[in-house]
Amino acid sequence: MEDTGSIVAFWLLAALTVGAALGVAAVRDLIRAVVLLITSFLGVAGLYITLSADFVAVAQVLIYAGAISVLILFAIMLTPRAGRDNAETFLQAPGLLLAGLVAFTIAFVSLEADWSVVEREGFEETASVIGEALLSKYVLPFEMASVLLLVSMLGAIVLVRPEGTPEEEE
Amino acid sequence: MSVELEHYLVVGALLFGIGIYMALAKRNFVGVLMGIELMFNAVSLTFVAFSRFVDSAEPLSGHVFVVFVITVAAAEAAVALALAVLVYRNRGTIDMDRMNLLKW
Repeated sequence: MEDTGSIVAFWLLAALTVGAALGVAAVRDLIRAVVLLITSFLGVAGLYITLSADFVAVAQVLIYAGAISVLILFAIMLTPRAGRDNAETFLQAPGLLLAGLVAFTIAFVSLEADWSVVEREGFEETASVIGEALLSKYVLPFEMASVLLLVSMLGAIVLVRPEGTPEEEE
Repeated sequence: MSVELEHYLVVGALLFGIGIYMALAKRNFVGVLMGIELMFNAVSLTFVAFSRFVDSAEPLSGHVFVVFVITVAAAEAAVALALAVLVYRNRGTIDMDRMNLLKW
């Protein structure tokens, strides 16, 4: 990617994403942390667009910025007497050390390794190709994902169901 | 000066580091959950970046993998929410410091 627009877009979106993620780790209030988390998700969606991954970007906005952040908000709202603060446990110093080491190692390897990069124009259309791949080559993982969604939905319902059978309440 | 694969990989590494820090060190269960979501995002971003830049016969396989990652993340978030509500109902807190029933 050579043109000025995409370079500026990349740096702005990267700063937005990483800055918002740092904010999620730093702010004291959980609700503000969720808002910053949504900002970070939207920044990642923008980075997907600069990588010409339009389908994944839309899925990111719909599922992460829409559904998962609402689920996290629900988790906060449904635990009203729990603390609202975003503080750390006694593991803060080792966690910071380990996180720094992991990020440094991944970044170092990414910069040093010789990736077989190829010059390629952006993808023309991704949604139709992804759809065909999902229903031909990846049809077994696709079906397993549907079973996984069903099982997790049922599991979530069973876990939080009140005690007693539903028939008694009629 | 142009944007290369390594730029995206470094952004992914930073996001992953922030996520792993939150998952390890946050006291609130919801904070840990947010850290895990950040790690999912970092890995997905890396997949899409490789899909765009690296030589491959089927360059869109990375996108398909990211679609699966998003699906599993949604399932994981639903179950984690249920677990948080369940722990809160039984213990009155979702403090990671005080979830010590298994501690001997």
